[in-house]
Amino acid sequence: MATVRHRPEALELLEAQSKFTKKELQILYRGFKNPWPLSLRECPSGVVNEDTFKEIYSQFFPQGDSTTYAHFLFNAFDTDHNGAVSFEDFIKGLSILLRGTVQEKLNWAFNLYDINKDGYITKEEMLDIMKAIYDMMGKCTYPVLKEDAPRQHVETFFQKMDKNKDGVVTIDEFIESCQKDENIMRSMQLFENVI
Amino acid sequence: MAAGVAAWLPFARAAAIGWMPVANCPMPLAPADKNKRQDELIVLNVSGRRFQTWRTTLERYPDTLLGSTEKEFFFNEDTKEYFFDRDPEVFRCVLNFYRTGKLHYPRYECISAYDDELAFYGILPEIIGDCCYEEYKDRKRENAERLMDDNDSENNQESMPSLSFRQTMWRAFENPHTSTLALVFYYVTGFFIAVSVITNVVETVPCGTVPGSKELPCGERYSVAFFCLDTACVMIFTVEYLLRLFAAPSRYRFIRSVMSIIDVVAIMPYYIGLVMTNNEDVSGAFVTLRVFRVFRIFKFSRHSQGLRILGYTLKSCASELGFLLFSLTMAIIIFATVMFYAEKGSSASKFTSIPASFWYTIVTMTTLGYGDMVPKTIAGKIFGSICSLSGVLVIALPVPVIVSNFSRIYHQNQRADKRRAQKKARLARIRVAKTGSSNAYLHSKRNGLLNEALELMGTPEEEHMGKTTSLIESQHHHLLHCLEKTTGLSYLVDDPLLSVRTSTIKNHEFIDEQMFEQNCMESSMQNYPSTRSPSLSSHPGLMTTCCSRRSKKTTHLPNSNLPATRLRSMQELSTIHIQGSEQPSLTTSRSSLNLKADDGLRPNCKTSQITTAIISIPTPPALTPEGEGRPPPASPGSNTNIPAIASNVVKVSAL
Repeated sequence: MATVRHRPEALELLEAQSKFTKKELQILYRGFKNPWPLSLRECPSGVVNEDTFKEIYSQFFPQGDSTTYAHFLFNAFDTDHNGAVSFEDFIKGLSILLRGTVQEKLNWAFNLYDINKDGYITKEEMLDIMKAIYDMMGKCTYPVLKEDAPRQHVETFFQKMDKNKDGVVTIDEFIESCQKDENIMRSMQLFENVI
Repeated sequence: MAAGVAAWLPFARAAAIGWMPVANCPMPLAPADKNKRQDELIVLNVSGRRFQTWRTTLERYPDTLLGSTEKEFFFNEDTKEYFFDRDPEVFRCVLNFYRTGKLHYPRYECISAYDDELAFYGILPEIIGDCCYEEYKDRKRENAERLMDDNDSENNQESMPSLSFRQTMWRAFENPHTSTLALVFYYVTGFFIAVSVITNVVETVPCGTVPGSKELPCGERYSVAFFCLDTACVMIFTVEYLLRLFAAPSRYRFIRSVMSIIDVVAIMPYYIGLVMTNNEDVSGAFVTLRVFRVFRIFKFSRHSQGLRILGYTLKSCASELGFLLFSLTMAIIIFATVMFYAEKGSSASKFTSIPASFWYTIVTMTTLGYGDMVPKTIAGKIFGSICSLSGVLVIALPVPVIVSNFSRIYHQNQRADKRRAQKKARLARIRVAKTGSSNAYLHSKRNGLLNEALELMGTPEEEHMGKTTSLIESQHHHLLHCLEKTTGLSYLVDDPLLSVRTSTIKNHEFIDEQMFEQNCMESSMQNYPSTRSPSLSSHPGLMTTCCSRRSKKTTHLPNSNLPATRLRSMQELSTIHIQGSEQPSLTTSRSSLNLKADDGLRPNCKTSQITTAIISIPTPPALTPEGEGRPPPASPGSNTNIPAIASNVVKVSAL
């Protein structure tokens, strides 16, 4: 992997494609190209692979096991599914998350939950996601994590989202339900000015 | 969370949007980014070489100098950069540490310089990367050994204030060079060891025949003489052993040490022989015991450092020696077996059993080849040649390891000795250079005073008398002068050109300059190599007297009708004297500052005594109005300065 060198698109092109300014792109690229202090096996070859994602997340969530969530996240970022996240993919994802419309963000979230990318979120997929999120918390929580808490959470989710009760959630149901929920709409705006 | 991963925090926060839809409760508010600074370039000017980096790069390690607000102390407002007056080469490594997270140690750099730089920037050396850590540790260990050697030699030269008789004796035994008595003892014991060894050897030489009996060895012919010699030697050795036992700081450890065991083994046979002379049965065993007398030769290892090194090498190469022995044993057994079975067929073969073949194998493998046992069959000859060829290899392999060990230890010792010898010469040279510079200062001071005095005399044409000094020199001299004034002490002027008149004033503070110089010399010779603080602390009594003396000094009042230059120096004097009297407790530290600042000015003089010497210069009558103009001294009973001035003497002060 490390021998494959990947050079990103020109700065102007990326600026046009994403909603970041040139300066922001420069800052992001610096961090991307040299993901210090992580192991430099992958970079600075210009692409980030799944292990890096996992390592980053383990740094941020040291108590728990964030490998599963990082895996799903990687798949969400790696839109062309070639096993590596290039800078363009990275910027595309971040652009949506930080500067996109609520619609785009919800789309992205749906894409994250839809593990097999078939356009439907099943209960099993949601359970996997939920377990991954709960795993990030770790063992030492208060109150202590119950065994069926993820399942309960999935049930609540499906009750809210699944309008026609067919056991799956489509993109339209998802967006519609989210737009009705005040909390979710507000929280989508939370990370507006992270860069 | 590692500080550097902060670069990825925006990504992690952005990805948190993935949790939003599944959350059941509202999210907390995001922290407001109040002073959101755009990442900016920082310019680091290190001794003229400019390094530039992002601010965030430096902030990755907030507990170092560059990563914290400590660097603001080095910010230069005019040029808007951070200026560090340090080595730019090492800074390169330091900055790369921030960039890559790995601290490297450049091999060309001196280890102590590198350590200093790391300490300055607040970086622990432990985080040196694996690639360079070994090298760093090796060099550090070498340096530490060197320092320890230096310290040891320093300590040895120090004259310890009070050693008990026992400790002096122990030191005399360990280092024969400390006193003549020890040296004599050393040579006497060496002589007797030699005598004893030679006696043992000569005892067995056949000495000519007594008519009527067969040839006798000398030991039996002159048995009385040899017995006396033996007795004398053993007595000397016994006395030496007992003295060492008495003087040893830890008797238990001494008894267990190798040298003492050798001593005991050397003298035991004699005593056992004394006890058992009449018993015929054990006389055979007694004769065997005499073999142990040869151990006396090992006593020479106290006298020879090379022998000690050899012994130490063998000890440290124990594993290699063990491997050698083991591989040899294996080879011997293999070849002996093979030879035995190969030669079994031949008639009248000397290879009667496998153990008998051991002798052949050893002799062949070490390429001795006595020829008392030779194979006769073809197979035997073939295997015999293989045996001798492989013998060379097996022995040659571990030997270089042992040799290199010996060489390393030997050279280390040689280096230590060489360093000690070089150090003496080096220190002597440094001393000469420093006295040269101090003499320069004193010369200029004297010239300065002369100039002042001559100015007052009103002879302007002689103002430029004396050497012209550069600006640096004059500033340096001014500094030394200030220091003198600060402490109220002064540097001793030992130039015979200036006549020294002992005090015509009856004042207990003044002593004869020559006498004082003598004292000074002695104390400085003793104390020079040692660290200064002990010498300070060892003379607390004197310090208090100094303080008390100084407090007696008068305070000159500035208002007098003196010429400007004189007034200035008087003011200096007055302020410093005030300081001296008010803060006697600080004099220790100031004197130590004194010592640290001016190495070359025979600093140890200051600690031992503080007196004033009078150096008389033909002073003009113009000084007398100064004496008259001064109001009476503030503190009673201190007529130091007024009488000094009254006798037309310029008080240069001294210690």
